[in-house]
Amino acid sequence: MRVPTGSPGVDGSTGVTTSVDAWAVAASVLDPEVPVLTIEDLGLLRAVEEGVDGITVTITPTYSGCPAMDAIRDDILAAFGRAGRHDVRVEFVLAPAWSTDWISEQGRRRLEEFGIAPPATRVPGRVSLTLSLRCPQCGSPDTRELSRFGSTACKSLWVCNACAEPFDHFKTLR
Amino acid sequence: MSPPARGPSAPLAAYVLALADDALVAAQRTGEWIAAAPQIEEDVALGNIALDLLGQARNLLTYAGSLQRPPRTEDDLAYLRDAEDFRNVHLVERPWAEDFGVAMARLLILSTYLEELYARLAGSTDETLAAVAAKAVKEVAYHRDHATRWVLRLGDGTEESHRRMQAALDAEWPFTEELFDDAHVDPALVADGVAVDPVTLREPVTAGLADVLSEATLPVPQATAAPGGGRQGLHTEHLAPLLAEMQGLARAHPGVTW
Repeated sequence: MRVPTGSPGVDGSTGVTTSVDAWAVAASVLDPEVPVLTIEDLGLLRAVEEGVDGITVTITPTYSGCPAMDAIRDDILAAFGRAGRHDVRVEFVLAPAWSTDWISEQGRRRLEEFGIAPPATRVPGRVSLTLSLRCPQCGSPDTRELSRFGSTACKSLWVCNACAEPFDHFKTLR
Repeated sequence: MSPPARGPSAPLAAYVLALADDALVAAQRTGEWIAAAPQIEEDVALGNIALDLLGQARNLLTYAGSLQRPPRTEDDLAYLRDAEDFRNVHLVERPWAEDFGVAMARLLILSTYLEELYARLAGSTDETLAAVAAKAVKEVAYHRDHATRWVLRLGDGTEESHRRMQAALDAEWPFTEELFDDAHVDPALVADGVAVDPVTLREPVTAGLADVLSEATLPVPQATAAPGGGRQGLHTEHLAPLLAEMQGLARAHPGVTW
């Protein structure tokens, strides 16, 4: 089994993969709802294992009803297909339950660049309270929640009092 | 998902199916609010809540189907059973009377019950049930918070909103008791730490509800429990039409995908 290392970026089009870059192929798949983030950035990619009968990719959903999981599975199979590998299975696991703490630093940065305020970070030994969110458009901390539910299960809807732009917030889930 | 530690167990399959049917029917009913809620944020909120419940239902139905002999898929169980084969409680199957207050009263009752249930089930000795519950408990806690905010706002709001919130609670309250019915749960499952005894949820659920109602200046309804029977397949006249709508496409075009 390979565990997360290094940065993603292999586009899977370079020919037949070896076991060394199987992780990179899977990690290159983008989330269909936040297409600037890879499934590795989001912490959805749990394992890539190569055995005698092929490659097994294990992913976990953000929320129980996340409708993107089927699309992600298809995209993983397509990415390996482009890399010449067709002996790939995608498995879903629920435990341990996904947490926004699994979103990588790079993922948090990309979320913000995409206009989505990232979830709260966990500081060991401290209880973090999110008193306000920083507007991803203008940077102002003067923002308010419009709706606790947003365009997808993992987001809520906010608005900036300074620049008046609405924005999504990736809800903190632990 | 991992297979059960023991061989197929009919009592376990029945227990999981009851959990699954509660979530599935609640999801389908809640989805009716999309484009019908009093404000667009609530269309989105109730759509999201329905989606969470549907996801929980799919996980539970998949597991319940895997425990049956012969095994059945989640779609078999969702689309190819009639009302008398469903094991959900009456709370989740009844229509809304086009009343948002009823939606919030029911969501408060259901999510309070589900949070207490899933929090305990996350410690189940059954690995799959524990995994499904550990994921679901975070979702229903958020639903509970949402319902709580609305019940506080409406209960402790205007005279009219208070009156209507109270009427909605009075209408839903008789269906609370069925949640604590343990007749369908094999005592061996409870003894083995697999299932949660529904009776043990009565105290924390009613206490949690009473706290919210007290803060919302709403008296706890003094209601006689409705007859129940959902766990035995005895349903109100409202379940069959709900299933007809949910199952129509799958039955007209068997095996259809898109």
